[in-house]
Amino acid sequence: MPEVTKLIHKYLRHDKKFPHVWCPGCGIGIMLGALIRAIDRCGFTKDEIVLVSGIGCTGRLPVYVDFNTLHTTHGRALAFATGVKLANPNLKVIVVMGDGDAVAIGGNHFIHAARRNIDLTAIILNNSIYGMTGGQYSPTTPYGMKTTTSSFFHIEQAFNISELAVTAGAPFVGRGTVYHARLLDSLMEKAFLKKGFAVVEVISHCHTQFGKLNKMGTAVEMMEWQRDHAVTVEKAQQMKEEELKDKFRIGVLIDKELPVYLDEYEKVRQRLSELGDKKP
Amino acid sequence: MKREKKKNFRELLLQGNEAIVEGALKAGCRFFAGYPITPATEISEQLSVRLPQVGGTFIQMEDEIGSIAAIIGASLAGAKSMTATSGPGFSLMQENLGFAIMAEVPCVIVNAMRGGPSTGLPTSPSQSDVMQARWGTHGDHPIIALCPSTIKECYDLTIKAFNLSEKFRNPVILLVDEVVAHMREKITFYDDEEVDIFNRVKPSMPPEWYIPYEDTPSGIPPMANFGEGYRYHVTGLTHDIRGFPTSRPDEIDPFIRRLFRKISQHFSEIQFGEFFETEDADISIIAYGCVARSAKRAAIDARARGVKVGVLKLNTLWPFMRTAVEKILKKSRIVIVPEMNMGQISREVKRVNKGETKVFTINKVDGTIITPEEILARIKEVG
Ligand SMILES: Cc1ncc(C[n+]2csc(CCOP(=O)(O)OP(=O)(O)O)c2C)c(N)n1
Ligand code: SF4
Repeated sequence: MPEVTKLIHKYLRHDKKFPHVWCPGCGIGIMLGALIRAIDRCGFTKDEIVLVSGIGCTGRLPVYVDFNTLHTTHGRALAFATGVKLANPNLKVIVVMGDGDAVAIGGNHFIHAARRNIDLTAIILNNSIYGMTGGQYSPTTPYGMKTTTSSFFHIEQAFNISELAVTAGAPFVGRGTVYHARLLDSLMEKAFLKKGFAVVEVISHCHTQFGKLNKMGTAVEMMEWQRDHAVTVEKAQQMKEEELKDKFRIGVLIDKELPVYLDEYEKVRQRLSELGDKKP
Repeated sequence: MKREKKKNFRELLLQGNEAIVEGALKAGCRFFAGYPITPATEISEQLSVRLPQVGGTFIQMEDEIGSIAAIIGASLAGAKSMTATSGPGFSLMQENLGFAIMAEVPCVIVNAMRGGPSTGLPTSPSQSDVMQARWGTHGDHPIIALCPSTIKECYDLTIKAFNLSEKFRNPVILLVDEVVAHMREKITFYDDEEVDIFNRVKPSMPPEWYIPYEDTPSGIPPMANFGEGYRYHVTGLTHDIRGFPTSRPDEIDPFIRRLFRKISQHFSEIQFGEFFETEDADISIIAYGCVARSAKRAAIDARARGVKVGVLKLNTLWPFMRTAVEKILKKSRIVIVPEMNMGQISREVKRVNKGETKVFTINKVDGTIITPEEILARIKEVG
């Protein structure tokens, strides 16, 4: 059996849940592939993985895979995941969200999860639009683009999700695209193995809505756009500001050590237990 | 012989919120997530110290939406979980409250009621979230809400809230008003006191056989915790017995009906209250929370003057204690429902009234408690 087929059999709920809901050519499937490969390489058991999502096309992802899967409410996946992890630290908790899910309705949870540094992995599929509800603008829709709620042109500035995560204090932030599938595999692997809050932003395409409205072509053409506009972190260091103007960086954007929430909390537990009935 | 005198009980002067903390810990609560708000803050403050001492976890979230999300997540991972809030926070929790109902995740939500709407009266009592507790989250759903009127009941009903949520796999709301939350009373804990603690029923079958949302005679499927080998899907979408989203009418209908049935089939286990001097009562008062205290006082005073007054105190607000209320309606010539709102439980009383009994209300919405004198005045007026 080819490697790919083996993985499909091992991880997908293939006899129960297919066909899936995604449009042919959507990037979410590529992200799912990377996620499965990275989990497999890290050697986690299926029982210890909890895959949490919010609502959206991306939010539909967990239902297809054979882990403990939790499809929550729109924007709240990280808050649910926080409870899961704190109640059972032995679980490996991975959260997948769309861009609207993560930084519009869920923006507050996102920055606070990053700041808190609980051992969670947050994977955000950024397709610049609200896919599931039919192509309305999201916080990552670039200025000037068309969506179904900005049919003339979009007048707001976009969030840079990865930079937001860095600023909010996440100790690991990586960005990849669904075009650069190998890089995505390795970013996810690094994120899963990171102790602390790790973010992977996945630049993807929604050719059926965003692409169509902005005449960006087929899924393949949109992936070519990703290829042409992504610059590796290493290469970007050699480039001038001007050359980077309409480019985005991919690779590991930050990887640093910070005290992890549950380690710190264990200290609190010990101190308070020693105190007993005495007031702290 | 001093030894023999060794006390086998502890007497504590506790605030309602503190008794809720004691009850939660006794029931086995090991996870709390909350966001500060008057008049519920003491619960967070105390659990931030007490939970880590027993190996549990406290976290202050960024808001109440996150708080209830976190306790649902923690419960799925196996911890008995609670959050505490007041009106504004309770409003924010409504969407995820529905998630817990839909996904059948046990958890306890304390709402220390203050005056509303909106920011309302942060430090004044109210009973105006009774209907919100019932219907606040969207969609047709069952709910359990308990309401203490003494400090001992804060303790007991918190334990019951956990037990019921674990048993029925449904969130349970503890509706406490600001008076009871902040009032202090003596409470006695006996060392040999036996307290019933119910833990969720886990699957006994091997994982391959586990059907997470399968109907059972009780209507309550066993619940596997994440990480215990029973990998399944949890979603707020309407799902089939395996937990997978469905849009098939023949799967949706039995699912929603089972949600209701698992509560309705066990009504008698969820009905807590007290009949006080109702046996021969000509006039009965139906009350709950701090108002039930004034009602009892009023009944005693009225009887001293020869008027036969009784009280039905409701400790369960939802599901509505129809049987008990009907009994009172049948017996009494007049029923008075005093409430610190414009009439929420009185609507239910009127709904089940067959028409023979006159039902009067007292509605107080000025941020102060209904006094025994006010109830007595009403008795005189309508009696
Ligand atoms: C509270 C709430 N508001 C609105 C919605 C409707 N809704 C469903 S998905 C979605 C947006 C999804 O966009 P995104 O998060 O970017 O994910 P994508 O579908 O693009 O993967 C919205 C607004 C909802 N489910 N819940
Ligand atoms: S609508 Fe867009 S994001 Fe959603 S599945 Fe289709 S292509 Fe993908």
